[in-house]
Amino acid sequence: MSTPTELRYSKEHEWVKVEDGKARIGITHFAQNELGDIVFVELPEVGDELTINEPFGSVESVKTVSELYAPVSGKVVEVNEELGDSPEFVNESPYEQAWMVVVELSNPSEVDELMTAEQYDEMTAE
Amino acid sequence: MAELKRTPLFDAYAQYGGKTIDFGGWELPVQFSSIKDEHDAVRNRAGLFDVSHMGEIFVEGADALAYLQKILSNDISKIAVGGAQYSAMCYESGGIVDDLLTYRLSENSYLLCVNAANIEKDYEWMMQHAEGDVTINNRSDEFAQIALQGPLAEEVLQTLTATDLKEIKYFKFQDNVDVAGHKVLVSRSGYTGEDGFELYGSPEAIVALWHKILESEHVIPTGLGARDTLRFEACLPLYGQELSKDISPLEAGIGFAVKLQKEPKFIGQEALLAQKEAGLLRKSVGVEMIGKGIPRHGYKVFKDGVEIGEVTTGTQSPLTKRNIGMALLNTEFTEVGTEIEVEIRGKLVPAVVVAKPFYKR
Repeated sequence: MSTPTELRYSKEHEWVKVEDGKARIGITHFAQNELGDIVFVELPEVGDELTINEPFGSVESVKTVSELYAPVSGKVVEVNEELGDSPEFVNESPYEQAWMVVVELSNPSEVDELMTAEQYDEMTAE
Repeated sequence: MAELKRTPLFDAYAQYGGKTIDFGGWELPVQFSSIKDEHDAVRNRAGLFDVSHMGEIFVEGADALAYLQKILSNDISKIAVGGAQYSAMCYESGGIVDDLLTYRLSENSYLLCVNAANIEKDYEWMMQHAEGDVTINNRSDEFAQIALQGPLAEEVLQTLTATDLKEIKYFKFQDNVDVAGHKVLVSRSGYTGEDGFELYGSPEAIVALWHKILESEHVIPTGLGARDTLRFEACLPLYGQELSKDISPLEAGIGFAVKLQKEPKFIGQEALLAQKEAGLLRKSVGVEMIGKGIPRHGYKVFKDGVEIGEVTTGTQSPLTKRNIGMALLNTEFTEVGTEIEVEIRGKLVPAVVVAKPFYKR
Protein backbone atom coordinates (compact mmCIF):
# COMPACT_ATOMS: atom_id res chain seq x y z
CA MET A 1 0.00 0.00 0.00
CA SER A 2 1.46 3.38 -0.91
CA THR A 3 1.68 6.08 1.73
CA PRO A 4 -0.85 8.85 1.01
CA THR A 5 1.04 12.04 0.14
CA GLU A 6 -1.67 14.40 1.41
CA LEU A 7 -1.10 13.24 5.02
CA ARG A 8 1.65 13.99 7.54
CA TYR A 9 3.27 11.40 9.78
CA SER A 10 4.72 11.04 13.28
CA LYS A 11 7.64 8.88 14.42
CA GLU A 12 5.13 6.86 16.44
CA HIS A 13 3.34 5.88 13.23
CA GLU A 14 0.29 8.10 13.43
CA TRP A 15 -0.97 9.94 10.40
CA VAL A 16 -2.53 13.41 10.47
CA LYS A 17 -4.86 14.96 7.94
CA VAL A 18 -5.29 18.68 8.35
CA GLU A 19 -8.73 19.93 7.41
CA ASP A 20 -9.81 23.43 8.23
CA GLY A 21 -7.93 24.02 11.51
CA LYS A 22 -8.67 20.49 12.59
CA ALA A 23 -6.59 17.32 12.43
CA ARG A 24 -7.91 13.87 11.70
CA ILE A 25 -5.67 11.19 13.24
CA GLY A 26 -5.12 7.49 12.66
CA ILE A 27 -2.32 4.93 12.50
CA THR A 28 -0.37 3.99 9.39
CA HIS A 29 -0.47 0.95 7.20
CA PHE A 30 3.04 0.13 8.38
CA ALA A 31 1.89 0.23 12.03
CA GLN A 32 -1.16 -1.98 11.52
CA ASN A 33 0.95 -4.47 9.60
CA GLU A 34 3.48 -4.65 12.43
CA LEU A 35 0.75 -5.09 15.03
CA GLY A 36 -1.22 -7.80 13.26
CA ASP A 37 -4.93 -8.45 13.78
CA ILE A 38 -6.34 -5.52 15.74
CA VAL A 39 -9.07 -6.65 18.15
CA PHE A 40 -9.64 -3.60 20.35
CA VAL A 41 -9.26 0.16 20.07
CA GLU A 42 -9.50 2.46 23.07
CA LEU A 43 -10.02 6.13 22.27
CA PRO A 44 -10.56 9.33 24.26
CA GLU A 45 -13.94 11.07 24.47
CA VAL A 46 -15.13 14.20 22.77
CA GLY A 47 -13.91 17.13 24.86
CA ASP A 48 -10.71 15.43 26.04
CA GLU A 49 -7.43 17.25 25.39
CA LEU A 50 -4.59 15.64 23.47
CA THR A 51 -1.04 16.72 24.26
CA ILE A 52 1.64 16.17 21.67
CA ASN A 53 3.73 13.02 22.29
CA GLU A 54 1.47 11.92 25.18
CA PRO A 55 -0.60 8.70 25.01
CA PHE A 56 -4.24 9.30 24.06
CA GLY A 57 -5.50 5.76 23.63
CA SER A 58 -4.40 2.29 22.68
CA VAL A 59 -4.79 -0.38 20.05
CA GLU A 60 -4.63 -4.03 20.94
CA SER A 61 -3.79 -6.90 18.67
CA VAL A 62 -4.37 -10.50 19.68
CA LYS A 63 -0.96 -10.50 21.28
CA THR A 64 -0.03 -6.98 22.36
CA VAL A 65 -1.20 -3.60 23.60
CA SER A 66 0.27 -0.52 21.91
CA GLU A 67 -0.26 3.02 23.06
CA LEU A 68 -1.30 5.74 20.66
CA TYR A 69 0.82 8.89 20.96
CA ALA A 70 -0.69 12.21 20.03
CA PRO A 71 1.05 13.58 16.93
CA VAL A 72 -0.40 17.04 17.66
CA SER A 73 -2.14 18.84 20.55
CA GLY A 74 -5.79 19.82 20.64
CA LYS A 75 -9.29 19.23 21.91
CA VAL A 76 -11.11 16.12 20.66
CA VAL A 77 -14.18 17.10 18.63
CA GLU A 78 -14.98 13.76 16.98
CA VAL A 79 -14.30 10.12 17.81
CA ASN A 80 -14.72 7.20 15.43
CA GLU A 81 -17.21 5.13 17.42
CA GLU A 82 -17.35 2.52 14.67
CA LEU A 83 -13.95 1.19 15.71
CA GLY A 84 -15.56 -0.11 18.88
CA ASP A 85 -17.50 -2.70 16.92
CA SER A 86 -15.13 -2.99 13.98
CA PRO A 87 -11.51 -2.75 15.16
CA GLU A 88 -10.54 -4.72 12.04
CA PHE A 89 -10.99 -1.49 10.06
CA VAL A 90 -7.54 -0.55 11.37
CA ASN A 91 -6.10 -3.46 9.39
CA GLU A 92 -8.38 -3.17 6.39
CA SER A 93 -8.53 0.56 5.87
CA PRO A 94 -6.00 2.40 8.06
CA TYR A 95 -6.19 5.72 6.17
CA GLU A 96 -9.93 5.85 5.51
CA GLN A 97 -12.40 3.91 7.66
CA ALA A 98 -10.04 3.63 10.62
CA TRP A 99 -9.54 7.33 11.37
CA MET A 100 -9.58 7.54 15.15
CA VAL A 101 -10.18 11.09 16.35
CA VAL A 102 -10.50 14.63 15.05
CA VAL A 103 -8.95 17.37 17.18
CA GLU A 104 -9.13 21.13 17.03
CA LEU A 105 -5.48 22.10 16.66
CA SER A 106 -4.32 24.15 19.63
CA ASN A 107 -0.92 24.74 18.06
CA PRO A 108 -1.17 24.37 14.26
CA SER A 109 2.59 24.83 13.85
CA GLU A 110 3.08 21.35 15.35
CA VAL A 111 1.93 19.95 12.02
CA ASP A 112 4.99 21.42 10.32
CA GLU A 113 7.22 19.25 12.48
CA LEU A 114 5.59 16.06 11.19
CA MET A 115 7.08 14.00 8.38
CA THR A 116 5.97 13.99 4.81
CA ALA A 117 4.99 10.69 3.18
CA GLU A 118 8.40 10.54 1.56
CA GLN A 119 10.20 11.07 4.86
CA TYR A 120 7.98 8.51 6.59
CA ASP A 121 8.66 5.93 3.90
CA GLU A 122 12.36 6.52 4.36
CA MET A 123 12.10 6.03 8.10
CA THR A 124 10.12 2.80 7.83
CA ALA A 125 12.36 1.43 5.09
CA GLU A 126 15.29 1.35 7.51
CA MET B 1 22.13 -7.83 24.27
CA ALA B 2 23.17 -11.43 23.78
CA GLU B 3 22.69 -12.84 20.33
CA LEU B 4 19.37 -14.60 19.88
CA LYS B 5 19.41 -18.35 19.49
CA ARG B 6 17.94 -19.85 16.34
CA THR B 7 16.49 -23.25 15.60
CA PRO B 8 17.53 -25.37 12.59
CA LEU B 9 14.32 -24.17 10.91
CA PHE B 10 15.24 -20.49 11.11
CA ASP B 11 16.21 -20.30 7.44
CA ALA B 12 12.82 -21.72 6.44
CA TYR B 13 10.71 -19.01 8.13
CA ALA B 14 11.19 -16.28 5.54
CA GLN B 15 10.10 -18.55 2.72
CA TYR B 16 6.71 -18.88 4.44
CA GLY B 17 6.39 -15.23 5.47
CA GLY B 18 7.39 -15.74 9.10
CA LYS B 19 7.74 -12.64 11.27
CA THR B 20 10.16 -13.30 14.11
CA ILE B 21 10.36 -11.99 17.68
CA ASP B 22 12.60 -12.49 20.70
CA PHE B 23 10.98 -15.24 22.73
CA GLY B 24 13.03 -15.90 25.87
CA GLY B 25 16.28 -15.44 23.99
CA TRP B 26 15.14 -17.29 20.87
CA GLU B 27 14.42 -15.72 17.53
CA LEU B 28 11.16 -17.48 16.71
CA PRO B 29 8.24 -16.80 14.35
CA VAL B 30 5.34 -15.09 16.11
CA GLN B 31 3.21 -15.50 12.98
CA PHE B 32 3.35 -16.44 9.31
CA SER B 33 0.04 -15.17 7.90
CA SER B 34 -2.02 -13.87 10.83
CA ILE B 35 -2.52 -15.11 14.38
CA LYS B 36 -6.28 -15.30 13.85
CA ASP B 37 -6.01 -17.26 10.59
CA GLU B 38 -3.42 -19.60 12.06
CA HIS B 39 -5.52 -20.13 15.18
CA ASP B 40 -8.51 -20.91 12.99
CA ALA B 41 -6.48 -23.33 10.86
CA VAL B 42 -5.43 -25.38 13.89
CA ARG B 43 -8.98 -25.51 15.27
CA ASN B 44 -10.46 -26.59 11.94
CA ARG B 45 -7.74 -28.16 9.78
CA ALA B 46 -4.07 -28.33 10.78
CA GLY B 47 -1.10 -26.12 11.55
CA LEU B 48 2.62 -26.83 11.80
CA PHE B 49 4.75 -25.29 14.57
CA ASP B 50 8.51 -25.16 14.95
CA VAL B 51 9.08 -26.09 18.59
CA SER B 52 12.76 -26.95 18.24
CA HIS B 53 13.59 -24.52 21.03
CA MET B 54 12.11 -26.96 23.56
CA GLY B 55 14.70 -28.85 25.62
CA GLU B 56 15.43 -32.58 25.56
CA ILE B 57 17.04 -33.96 28.70
CA PHE B 58 17.73 -37.72 28.90
CA VAL B 59 17.73 -39.63 32.18
CA GLU B 60 19.13 -43.14 32.09
CA GLY B 61 20.34 -45.83 34.48
CA ALA B 62 19.17 -48.48 36.91
CA ASP B 63 17.98 -45.81 39.36
CA ALA B 64 16.35 -43.56 36.76
CA LEU B 65 12.80 -44.32 37.94
CA ALA B 66 13.59 -43.73 41.63
CA TYR B 67 15.36 -40.51 40.72
CA LEU B 68 12.51 -39.17 38.60
CA GLN B 69 10.02 -40.12 41.33
CA LYS B 70 12.06 -37.87 43.62
CA ILE B 71 12.20 -34.81 41.38
CA LEU B 72 8.80 -34.97 39.63
CA SER B 73 5.32 -34.51 41.05
CA ASN B 74 3.50 -37.16 39.06
CA ASP B 75 3.74 -40.94 39.53
CA ILE B 76 6.44 -41.89 37.04
CA SER B 77 5.92 -45.62 37.77
CA LYS B 78 2.62 -45.35 35.89
CA ILE B 79 4.37 -44.63 32.59
CA ALA B 80 4.78 -47.73 30.43
CA VAL B 81 7.48 -47.89 27.76
CA GLY B 82 5.96 -45.96 24.85
CA GLY B 83 4.00 -43.67 27.13
CA ALA B 84 4.24 -40.01 28.08
CA GLN B 85 3.10 -38.11 31.15
CA TYR B 86 2.79 -34.48 32.24
CA SER B 87 4.50 -33.46 35.46
CA ALA B 88 5.76 -30.54 37.50
CA MET B 89 9.28 -30.32 38.88
CA CYS B 90 9.06 -28.50 42.21
CA TYR B 91 11.25 -26.71 44.71
CA GLU B 92 11.11 -27.70 48.39
CA SER B 93 8.72 -24.77 48.82
CA GLY B 94 6.24 -26.37 46.40
CA GLY B 95 6.93 -23.63 43.82
CA ILE B 96 7.62 -24.81 40.30
CA VAL B 97 11.02 -25.26 38.63
CA ASP B 98 9.37 -26.26 35.37
CA ASP B 99 6.51 -28.23 33.87
CA LEU B 100 7.42 -30.95 31.43
CA LEU B 101 6.59 -34.16 29.59
CA THR B 102 8.31 -37.40 30.53
CA TYR B 103 8.63 -40.08 27.84
CA ARG B 104 9.63 -43.59 28.83
CA LEU B 105 11.91 -44.76 26.01
CA SER B 106 12.84 -48.13 27.53
CA GLU B 107 12.95 -49.86 30.92
CA ASN B 108 15.61 -47.51 32.33
CA SER B 109 15.64 -44.65 29.87
CA TYR B 110 13.51 -41.51 29.91
CA LEU B 111 13.30 -38.34 27.85
CA LEU B 112 12.16 -35.12 29.51
CA CYS B 113 10.83 -32.42 27.20
CA VAL B 114 11.26 -29.11 29.06
CA ASN B 115 10.59 -25.43 28.40
CA ALA B 116 13.21 -23.64 26.31
CA ALA B 117 13.75 -20.80 28.76
CA ASN B 118 14.32 -23.29 31.59
CA ILE B 119 16.74 -25.77 30.01
CA GLU B 120 19.86 -24.63 31.89
CA LYS B 121 18.02 -24.10 35.17
CA ASP B 122 16.35 -27.53 34.94
CA TYR B 123 19.57 -29.30 34.05
CA GLU B 124 21.41 -27.72 36.99
CA TRP B 125 18.57 -28.57 39.36
CA MET B 126 18.52 -32.13 38.09
CA MET B 127 22.31 -32.51 38.43
CA GLN B 128 22.21 -31.14 41.98
CA HIS B 129 19.70 -33.78 43.00
CA ALA B 130 21.16 -36.72 41.09
CA GLU B 131 21.80 -39.84 43.08
CA GLY B 132 22.42 -43.54 42.46
CA ASP B 133 22.99 -45.05 39.03
CA VAL B 134 21.65 -42.18 36.93
CA THR B 135 23.08 -40.41 33.90
CA ILE B 136 21.59 -37.04 32.96
CA ASN B 137 22.26 -35.64 29.52
CA ASN B 138 21.07 -32.35 28.14
CA ARG B 139 20.86 -33.15 24.42
CA SER B 140 18.67 -30.17 23.45
CA ASP B 141 21.05 -29.07 20.69
CA GLU B 142 20.93 -32.47 18.96
CA PHE B 143 17.18 -32.39 18.50
CA ALA B 144 14.76 -30.39 16.46
CA GLN B 145 11.02 -30.67 17.02
CA ILE B 146 7.88 -29.80 15.12
CA ALA B 147 4.24 -30.04 16.20
CA LEU B 148 1.52 -30.84 13.69
CA GLN B 149 -1.75 -29.90 15.37
CA GLY B 150 -5.40 -29.91 14.38
CA PRO B 151 -8.26 -32.24 13.44
CA LEU B 152 -6.59 -33.16 10.13
CA ALA B 153 -3.15 -33.80 11.67
CA GLU B 154 -3.51 -37.56 11.63
CA GLU B 155 -4.80 -37.70 8.06
CA VAL B 156 -1.93 -35.54 6.83
CA LEU B 157 0.82 -37.37 8.69
CA GLN B 158 -0.58 -40.76 7.71
CA THR B 159 0.11 -40.01 4.04
CA LEU B 160 3.83 -39.84 4.91
CA THR B 161 4.24 -43.01 6.96
CA ALA B 162 3.44 -46.72 6.82
CA THR B 163 3.11 -46.85 10.60
CA ASP B 164 -0.56 -46.96 11.57
CA LEU B 165 -0.97 -43.71 13.50
CA LYS B 166 -4.24 -44.93 15.01
CA GLU B 167 -2.04 -47.26 17.04
CA ILE B 168 -0.41 -44.25 18.68
CA LYS B 169 -2.99 -43.16 21.22
CA TYR B 170 -3.15 -39.88 23.10
CA PHE B 171 -0.02 -39.40 25.26
CA LYS B 172 1.69 -42.39 23.62
CA PHE B 173 4.60 -42.38 21.21
CA GLN B 174 6.72 -44.54 18.92
CA ASP B 175 10.41 -44.01 18.35
CA ASN B 176 12.20 -44.54 15.02
CA VAL B 177 9.07 -44.11 12.96
CA ASP B 178 9.82 -43.78 9.25
CA VAL B 179 8.15 -40.57 8.08
CA ALA B 180 8.90 -39.76 4.45
CA GLY B 181 12.22 -41.59 4.76
CA HIS B 182 13.28 -39.96 8.01
CA LYS B 183 13.44 -41.69 11.40
CA VAL B 184 11.72 -39.62 14.06
CA LEU B 185 9.98 -40.02 17.40
CA VAL B 186 6.25 -39.51 16.91
CA SER B 187 4.23 -38.54 19.98
CA ARG B 188 0.50 -37.96 19.97
CA SER B 189 0.45 -34.87 22.14
CA GLY B 190 0.49 -31.11 21.90
CA TYR B 191 -0.17 -27.71 23.38
CA THR B 192 -3.19 -26.47 21.46
CA GLY B 193 -6.21 -28.34 22.80
CA GLU B 194 -6.45 -30.23 19.48
CA ASP B 195 -5.47 -33.70 18.38
CA GLY B 196 -2.01 -33.76 16.90
CA PHE B 197 1.55 -34.99 16.94
CA GLU B 198 4.92 -33.82 18.12
CA LEU B 199 7.86 -35.07 16.06
CA TYR B 200 11.37 -35.23 17.53
CA GLY B 201 14.39 -35.89 15.37
CA SER B 202 17.71 -34.73 14.01
CA PRO B 203 17.78 -31.18 12.62
CA GLU B 204 18.17 -32.61 9.09
CA ALA B 205 15.14 -34.89 9.43
CA ILE B 206 12.93 -32.24 11.00
CA VAL B 207 13.82 -29.56 8.44
CA ALA B 208 13.01 -31.98 5.63
CA LEU B 209 9.71 -32.96 7.27
CA TRP B 210 8.75 -29.33 7.83
CA HIS B 211 8.83 -28.70 4.09
CA LYS B 212 7.28 -32.08 3.28
CA ILE B 213 4.32 -31.65 5.64
CA LEU B 214 3.66 -28.13 4.36
CA GLU B 215 3.15 -29.54 0.87
CA SER B 216 -0.24 -30.71 2.15
CA GLU B 217 -3.09 -28.41 1.17
CA HIS B 218 -4.57 -28.89 4.64
CA VAL B 219 -1.63 -27.48 6.59
CA ILE B 220 -0.29 -23.97 7.08
CA PRO B 221 2.77 -22.90 9.08
CA THR B 222 1.76 -21.50 12.45
CA GLY B 223 3.68 -19.32 14.88
CA LEU B 224 4.06 -18.70 18.58
CA GLY B 225 1.23 -16.17 18.60
CA ALA B 226 -1.35 -18.77 17.65
CA ARG B 227 0.34 -21.35 19.87
CA ASP B 228 -0.27 -19.00 22.78
CA THR B 229 -3.93 -18.23 21.97
CA LEU B 230 -4.63 -21.92 21.30
CA ARG B 231 -3.11 -23.17 24.55
CA PHE B 232 -4.81 -20.30 26.36
CA GLU B 233 -8.32 -21.18 25.14
CA ALA B 234 -7.68 -24.75 26.25
CA CYS B 235 -6.37 -23.35 29.58
CA LEU B 236 -3.05 -25.15 29.32
CA PRO B 237 -0.66 -23.32 31.64
CA LEU B 238 2.48 -21.51 30.49
CA TYR B 239 5.60 -21.36 32.63
CA GLY B 240 6.34 -17.76 33.55
CA GLN B 241 2.64 -16.87 33.55
CA GLU B 242 0.38 -19.50 35.16
CA LEU B 243 3.36 -21.34 36.64
CA SER B 244 6.43 -20.01 38.45
CA LYS B 245 8.65 -20.55 41.47
CA ASP B 246 6.10 -18.53 43.47
CA ILE B 247 3.03 -20.45 42.31
CA SER B 248 2.35 -24.03 43.34
CA PRO B 249 0.93 -26.63 40.95
CA LEU B 250 -2.13 -26.94 43.21
CA GLU B 251 -2.84 -23.23 42.96
CA ALA B 252 -2.21 -23.29 39.22
CA GLY B 253 -4.82 -26.00 38.69
CA ILE B 254 -2.49 -28.82 37.63
CA GLY B 255 -3.17 -30.86 40.75
CA PHE B 256 -3.98 -33.82 38.47
CA ALA B 257 -0.22 -34.09 37.88
CA VAL B 258 0.63 -33.97 41.58
CA LYS B 259 0.51 -37.22 43.55
CA LEU B 260 0.58 -36.23 47.20
CA GLN B 261 0.58 -39.82 48.47
CA LYS B 262 3.89 -40.77 46.83
CA GLU B 263 6.38 -42.76 48.96
CA PRO B 264 9.19 -41.92 49.09
CA LYS B 265 8.19 -38.30 48.74
CA PHE B 266 9.08 -36.01 45.84
CA ILE B 267 10.80 -32.67 46.38
CA GLY B 268 8.09 -30.22 47.37
CA GLN B 269 5.58 -32.85 48.44
CA GLU B 270 5.69 -31.89 52.15
CA ALA B 271 5.05 -28.25 51.36
CA LEU B 272 2.23 -29.09 48.95
CA LEU B 273 0.63 -31.47 51.46
CA ALA B 274 0.72 -28.72 54.08
CA GLN B 275 -0.71 -26.27 51.56
CA LYS B 276 -3.57 -28.62 50.76
CA GLU B 277 -4.33 -29.36 54.41
CA ALA B 278 -4.35 -25.68 55.33
CA GLY B 279 -6.53 -24.91 52.32
CA LEU B 280 -5.29 -23.15 49.17
CA LEU B 281 -5.00 -19.40 49.55
CA ARG B 282 -5.08 -18.77 45.80
CA LYS B 283 -6.57 -20.50 42.79
CA SER B 284 -6.34 -20.09 39.04
CA VAL B 285 -9.72 -19.21 37.49
CA GLY B 286 -11.21 -18.03 34.25
CA VAL B 287 -12.32 -14.41 33.99
CA GLU B 288 -14.42 -12.67 31.38
CA MET B 289 -14.71 -8.92 30.92
CA ILE B 290 -18.15 -7.38 31.31
CA GLY B 291 -16.90 -3.86 30.63
CA LYS B 292 -14.77 -2.83 27.69
CA GLY B 293 -11.18 -3.98 27.60
CA ILE B 294 -8.95 -6.99 27.27
CA PRO B 295 -7.34 -8.56 30.33
CA ARG B 296 -3.57 -9.02 29.95
CA HIS B 297 -0.75 -10.75 31.80
CA GLY B 298 0.11 -8.82 34.97
CA TYR B 299 -3.08 -6.74 35.21
CA LYS B 300 -4.26 -6.50 38.81
CA VAL B 301 -7.67 -7.82 39.88
CA PHE B 302 -9.82 -6.14 42.53
CA LYS B 303 -12.98 -6.80 44.53
CA ASP B 304 -14.65 -3.81 46.16
CA GLY B 305 -11.46 -1.80 45.85
CA VAL B 306 -9.22 -4.46 47.41
CA GLU B 307 -6.57 -6.21 45.32
CA ILE B 308 -7.30 -9.95 45.16
CA GLY B 309 -4.87 -11.22 42.54
CA GLU B 310 -3.71 -10.77 38.98
CA VAL B 311 -4.29 -11.88 35.43
CA THR B 312 -1.76 -14.52 34.30
CA THR B 313 -2.80 -14.65 30.63
CA GLY B 314 -5.48 -12.80 28.73
CA THR B 315 -6.52 -11.90 25.22
CA GLN B 316 -9.55 -11.73 23.01
CA SER B 317 -10.48 -15.33 22.24
CA PRO B 318 -10.02 -15.78 18.49
CA LEU B 319 -12.74 -18.44 18.64
CA THR B 320 -15.50 -16.66 20.59
CA LYS B 321 -14.28 -13.03 20.43
CA ARG B 322 -14.86 -12.81 24.17
CA ASN B 323 -12.31 -10.83 26.18
CA ILE B 324 -11.14 -13.47 28.60
CA GLY B 325 -8.25 -14.36 30.84
CA MET B 326 -6.86 -16.70 33.42
CA ALA B 327 -6.23 -15.12 36.79
CA LEU B 328 -4.69 -16.23 40.07
CA LEU B 329 -7.08 -14.98 42.76
CA ASN B 330 -7.57 -15.24 46.50
CA THR B 331 -9.64 -18.40 46.95
CA GLU B 332 -12.66 -16.69 48.49
CA PHE B 333 -13.32 -14.91 45.18
CA THR B 334 -12.92 -17.88 42.87
CA GLU B 335 -16.49 -19.13 42.63
CA VAL B 336 -17.95 -18.94 39.12
CA GLY B 337 -20.19 -15.90 38.88
CA THR B 338 -18.22 -13.76 41.33
CA GLU B 339 -18.15 -10.17 40.11
CA ILE B 340 -14.68 -8.65 40.12
CA GLU B 341 -12.79 -5.78 38.50
CA VAL B 342 -9.68 -5.79 36.33
CA GLU B 343 -7.45 -2.74 36.39
CA ILE B 344 -6.80 -1.69 32.80
CA ARG B 345 -4.56 1.34 32.36
CA GLY B 346 -5.64 2.87 35.64
CA LYS B 347 -9.35 2.11 35.32
CA LEU B 348 -11.26 -0.60 37.17
CA VAL B 349 -13.30 -2.49 34.57
CA PRO B 350 -16.06 -4.94 35.61
CA ALA B 351 -15.45 -8.64 34.97
CA VAL B 352 -16.77 -11.97 36.22
CA VAL B 353 -15.27 -15.31 37.22
CA VAL B 354 -16.16 -17.96 34.61
CA ALA B 355 -15.59 -21.68 34.17
CA LYS B 356 -12.41 -23.11 32.63
CA PRO B 357 -11.43 -24.27 30.08
CA PHE B 358 -12.68 -21.81 27.46
CA TYR B 359 -12.36 -24.45 24.77
CA LYS B 360 -12.65 -28.22 24.71
CA ARG B 361 -12.60 -30.26 21.54
